[in-house]
Amino acid sequence: MREFLTVMGHTYMTKLKSKAFITTTLITLAFILVFMNMDRIISLFDGGDTAPETTEVLVLGDEEAAQIFEDRAGENALFAVTRAESEADEEALEAEVQAGEADGLLHLEVHEETSLQAEWRGEGSLSLPQQEQLQQILSDVQLRFGAESAGLDVSEVEALTAPVALETVELGDSGSDEGVSEVEQGQAMFLVYILLFVIYFSVIFLGNMVSMEVATEKSSRVMEILISSVSPEKQMFGKIAGVALLGLTKFALIFLLGGGSLLTSRSGEEEAVGVMDPAQLLNQDEGVSLLLIAYAFLFFMLGFLLYATLSAMLGSVISRIEDVGQANGPINMVIIMAFFIAMFGLNAPDSTIVTITSFIPFFTPMIMFLRVGMTDVPWWEVSLSIALMALTIMFFAWLGARVYRGGVLMYGKSSALKDIKRAIRLR
Amino acid sequence: MALTLNEVTKSFGGTEAVRGLSLSIPEGEMFGMLGANGAGKTTTFRMIIGLLDPNSGSIEWNNQPLTYKESGKVGYLPEERGLYPKLKVADQLIYLGKLRGMKKKDIVPKMRYWLERFQAEAYEQQKVEELSKGNQQKIQLIAAILHEPELLILDEPFSGLDPLNVEILKKAVVELKENGTTIIFSSHRMEHVEEMCEHLCILHKGEPVVGGHIREIKQNFGRKYLVIEAEFDCSFIKTMDGVLAVEERANGLRLEIRDEETAEHIFEALQGCGRVRRFSLEDPSLNDIFIAKVGASYA
Repeated sequence: MREFLTVMGHTYMTKLKSKAFITTTLITLAFILVFMNMDRIISLFDGGDTAPETTEVLVLGDEEAAQIFEDRAGENALFAVTRAESEADEEALEAEVQAGEADGLLHLEVHEETSLQAEWRGEGSLSLPQQEQLQQILSDVQLRFGAESAGLDVSEVEALTAPVALETVELGDSGSDEGVSEVEQGQAMFLVYILLFVIYFSVIFLGNMVSMEVATEKSSRVMEILISSVSPEKQMFGKIAGVALLGLTKFALIFLLGGGSLLTSRSGEEEAVGVMDPAQLLNQDEGVSLLLIAYAFLFFMLGFLLYATLSAMLGSVISRIEDVGQANGPINMVIIMAFFIAMFGLNAPDSTIVTITSFIPFFTPMIMFLRVGMTDVPWWEVSLSIALMALTIMFFAWLGARVYRGGVLMYGKSSALKDIKRAIRLR
Repeated sequence: MALTLNEVTKSFGGTEAVRGLSLSIPEGEMFGMLGANGAGKTTTFRMIIGLLDPNSGSIEWNNQPLTYKESGKVGYLPEERGLYPKLKVADQLIYLGKLRGMKKKDIVPKMRYWLERFQAEAYEQQKVEELSKGNQQKIQLIAAILHEPELLILDEPFSGLDPLNVEILKKAVVELKENGTTIIFSSHRMEHVEEMCEHLCILHKGEPVVGGHIREIKQNFGRKYLVIEAEFDCSFIKTMDGVLAVEERANGLRLEIRDEETAEHIFEALQGCGRVRRFSLEDPSLNDIFIAKVGASYA
């Protein structure tokens, strides 16, 4: 146990102090800091002035329509309306626009008593939000105009056109009160998406780190001293534990920083503007989020253990650092495959392929996590997949330790599969 | 006997690396292991320290097989030198010492002692990759002896060092032996083995061809050598009766002769021919024995 801790501590400390780790961690943290404070940064660039520029509009055409337009647009700060004289010369008005005295000319006409038609003439085109705003105001004008000519009251029209509140309730096994609303599901999806990414990247990154470590010790030939001091099994698992600890340190930093900026942004302005505001997403249902993060952690650990054991095994049979990439290729392929299935599954978490692959240990970490996050998975299914994974990890740990023992003494050209067989026989 | 190997055999795939090797090394002795490249020395060492299991036979240290539990009692300098290139010398030695079961506070003073002893104290805070090959080797030897092992295995300890450093290291190794450490070492340099070891073994293609006490080995070898350096042409000696082989040297001849009587005949024949600078009758060197036993198959 002492030697195991020594190996673990050594792996952890040397990696922690390495420039590569410090740099990537700082970059990640900076990214998170920016992401978490996006709204503040945006408002910083806007100079605190959130009111966009007003567009000056000259309105001419049908008197009544123009009057309603002026009333409605008056409620909206985006447009400053000036009504042109009814008999004004259009060409003169256009010249005014061209001279820059107004941004555009809006010509309103009424056909067949009720149908409103509008034409915009201006220097340059309208921006998309301006167009949308204009469209909205005009629809409103049309509605009121039509209502008046039909002899209806405005409030009556509003009652007629009020949107229907559609509420979807999912009926779970445990009863309707456990249902997940659409909004909540969207939030869960976003969180699952992010956590899937975290699992994906960290398993690849840390797994490769393990095989890199092993290959470095082998190619620098320090390995023979190491395994003459401490058994290869302790070496291997000490190393894996050290790298896992390193990964956890990184996560801890990320969560501390993320949580920190979340708290400060929450205590700041209550009103968040962004569409993808992370604070809002996590706020909504903290119980669910925390459970999901705990699951992410569990599946990350399982995935890491499986892939790190495989990586250590492969790292032990190659003799040059240059071969690490090649040896890790197949492992990375499997992880990428799992990730793609998971990405597909985000939109169809109940599909058969997702259900089946969630029980295949190489895919379980991402896909069972996806199912847990997106649907109601019976507890026994989760337990079964975890048990299957644990068995697979034990098998590969046993195999890996055997290969590692022989593999670290082998040098020369490598062809992974043959070398693994040779390594097992070497003892 | 501290270390005993009994009929040890190890094969990889179809080839036998070590065949029927039996050795016994008394405690506190220095044992020389000789052999051409690929003779099985490294495999034997790896089996002794437990990195490889023999296919048959047994290896015992004080009547017990060596396992990782006793890793603190064993020191090993592998033939393939290697340390962590990016790690500082001090961190490296502390880590390797810890792996052998030492505590940091015990390691540091010992490390300083050896660094000073090997005139390498200036490198304590340098990265290994910045050191010369010879200095790296010193560091590696320190790693092998830092924990004061009872059994020390040195695979080619002096290769690649300049004569001054060889002397420093040799002195340290001899001192360890005098303090009771049992040492096995391999070398291609026969004179090192001849000078330092009482017992030795020559491996050839996995089999021991010569083994035992160095004096007995030389006596049993039977051959005698005669070195002559003269200021005249003495090539007529080459054809004399009793001369078995001739080696021409820059300033004379080295003859393998049947017996001491032959030497007397040659001595008489040289009388009156001129000045003889050197005439010496010699025991076989380890080199002669090695070449005779191992080299025969290359001829």
